[in-house]
Amino acid sequence: MATAPDTETLADPLDAFRVEAREWLAKNFPSSLKGKDNAMSAVEGGSEPTADEVAWKKAMGEKGWGVPTWPKEYGGGGLSRAEARVLQEEMGRIGAWNPIGGMGVMMFGPTLLEYGTEEQKHEHIPAIAKGEVRWCQGYSEPGAGSDLASLQTFAEDKGDYYVVNGQKTWTSGGQWADKCFALVRTDKTKKHEGITFVLIDMNDPGVEVRPIRLISGQSPFCETFFNDVKVPKKDRVGEEGQGWTIGKRLLQHERTSLSGGGSASRLLGGTPLSKLAKQYRGEDAEGRIADPDLRMRIVRHEMDTRAFMLTMRRAALEAKANQGPSAASSIMKNVGARITQNRAELGMEIMGMAGLGWEGEGFSEEELAQTRTWLWGKAVSIYGGSTEIQNNIIAKRILGMLDHQ
Amino acid sequence: MAVLTEEQTMLRDMAREWADNESPVTAFRKMRAAAPVEGYDPAAWSEQAQMGWAGILVPEEHGGAGMGYLALGSVLEQLGRTLVATPLGATAAATAAIILGGSDEQKAKWLPKIAAGEVVATVAVDEGPNFDPVRIEASVSGGKLSGTKEFVAEGDSAQLFVVAASDGLYLVEGDAGVARATRKMADSRSHAQVAFDGAPADKLANGGDDLLQKVCDRAAAATCAEMLGMAESAFEQTNDYLKTRVQFGQKLSTFQALQHRMAKMFTELEMMRSAVEGALEAIDADRPDVAQSVSLAKAVAGDTLHLVSREMIQLHGGIGMTDEHDAGFYIKRAQVLETIWGNAAWHRERFARLSGY
Repeated sequence: MATAPDTETLADPLDAFRVEAREWLAKNFPSSLKGKDNAMSAVEGGSEPTADEVAWKKAMGEKGWGVPTWPKEYGGGGLSRAEARVLQEEMGRIGAWNPIGGMGVMMFGPTLLEYGTEEQKHEHIPAIAKGEVRWCQGYSEPGAGSDLASLQTFAEDKGDYYVVNGQKTWTSGGQWADKCFALVRTDKTKKHEGITFVLIDMNDPGVEVRPIRLISGQSPFCETFFNDVKVPKKDRVGEEGQGWTIGKRLLQHERTSLSGGGSASRLLGGTPLSKLAKQYRGEDAEGRIADPDLRMRIVRHEMDTRAFMLTMRRAALEAKANQGPSAASSIMKNVGARITQNRAELGMEIMGMAGLGWEGEGFSEEELAQTRTWLWGKAVSIYGGSTEIQNNIIAKRILGMLDHQ
Repeated sequence: MAVLTEEQTMLRDMAREWADNESPVTAFRKMRAAAPVEGYDPAAWSEQAQMGWAGILVPEEHGGAGMGYLALGSVLEQLGRTLVATPLGATAAATAAIILGGSDEQKAKWLPKIAAGEVVATVAVDEGPNFDPVRIEASVSGGKLSGTKEFVAEGDSAQLFVVAASDGLYLVEGDAGVARATRKMADSRSHAQVAFDGAPADKLANGGDDLLQKVCDRAAAATCAEMLGMAESAFEQTNDYLKTRVQFGQKLSTFQALQHRMAKMFTELEMMRSAVEGALEAIDADRPDVAQSVSLAKAVAGDTLHLVSREMIQLHGGIGMTDEHDAGFYIKRAQVLETIWGNAAWHRERFARLSGY
């Protein structure tokens, strides 16, 4: 093991932090969890956590390093961005991963930090930082998908509280959530200005959740029904009618988390397509993928992926240099979706019938995963603002093209 | 765009300003009408040299700026925007060959003259209509080079050729034993068949066995930068046109079918910029994956410029088909640059080979 640099003689204060992070991680990260990132299963319900997993989550939660850049007074790590990068590097070095995640971290927390009152921040942020409370999103409705602002769930003003009635859908993780941040209508005479952002307790007896079974067989989303659910006014974020503004800000965080750095490792993860192709389809006399047409389509996909990685890197550098989002970030969601779907389709094509297994004997784990990945992947170009909505946004906000009169 | 240093930013801004003010597309149109023997406007080239652009790659000890490929690319990109016709790109490719493969003596002899804009140089590789650095029949015997090179960029006026022969790269001066035949092509730029018949040749003996590949990669990366500027400008002109043209009582830019085509093109353009700048940065950092990065850039650049230049005409409608409009200039030059130094298919194949597919 490399010797840690001596803190006394360090010129760069980041090096001092690196030593601190390294020592703390060595003491607290259970080596049994090395590389076993279960962030996805945590979001999707998953199995009972092991004792080591519970301990690791508790340690990170108390340290605040699951949300490293959030302010310390609300239970965050209080680190600078540079320090957070160092922490990430140090975690990557030993195969440690962040056990704190979910919608509270990625979307609701940053939004509440921006728009919430002091009381609201102290009430909700520490629990998110510790990973104690799971949040879900109450946005879409059966009649309000891409046209989200036409939502109908109504919050009736009863003085100190609202009474909420209506139906939400595509509620990710609704069956496991403790709380829901939701857009509701407080004024039926206005469209965007009639929307308000509220926090709903999922344990209220008026809340009913029904998981939706998808074509992939999974049920990561729910229908959520609100029947006379009481919401105290202290759980309204921002003013009445300000919900659309706050809700859109939250969607920006969503897009970043759906397409940003987090997905890079997933895009490159798994068996490389070229290796898979040689394994299932064989090689020609010169050791190339036997099917030349498939080979070239794998190249196109690989090039697309690399250009995307370069774009993510460029967008991050530009955002840092210009102190604001780069125009390149507007293309991330669509390109990320096309690469994810293209990869799944190529993988399935390579495996042939074996890539269509549903369950049971006769298929490897990777083959069964291939089927589910392909079908689940169809969601990527629909959720979080469909490909078509993203193209509208690019045309209007970046290219300055106008609405039809 | 890539995050540039202060020096690089100044250079890029100067090039943008110069291209916009001193050499807009109307200058290219005038050059085409005047049809000078060089195939470019000597006055514009001389201005570029005075601003030091011919020496961007040339090390400081030989009178250049020693700034590298991202800097060169940021200038070529601006020139591509307005289709500036000068031998800067071809000369830079030859400069790269001398820097990589030349002896101290060869560098001392040629680089200061190149940096000063006194010598137009170019690289001659192909012996047929497609990029094929493997099939080279030109050969050297007793210091004399013989063979015929096709479609040599700036071949009409180059005073110095970097010529690919069967056993390596050679410097050949453009007089004794050199015969040029102009090839008038769609882009109205200089391309020539250059026949070498016992021309005195001076070998570029350094740079290793893969010198030819390294030079072609640098030439391709520089070409990609020009393509990037062309694609962005063609896209912007199209976007502007859609905002002014009225049909069915509406600006064309309000039609969602057209908005989505533009949004998709914008998406590809952002990917193109990342790939092109990525290749230039890889060369500057001398990374081991230069060849793959360049193939990625040239394939993505070729596909994207093809899309944007084709859509420029389609979305302009009939006016885009007229010689009076600039769209034709873009698609003609685009098709030449898509072909030169390997088209998208060639680079996908090489990328596959390098990746072990």
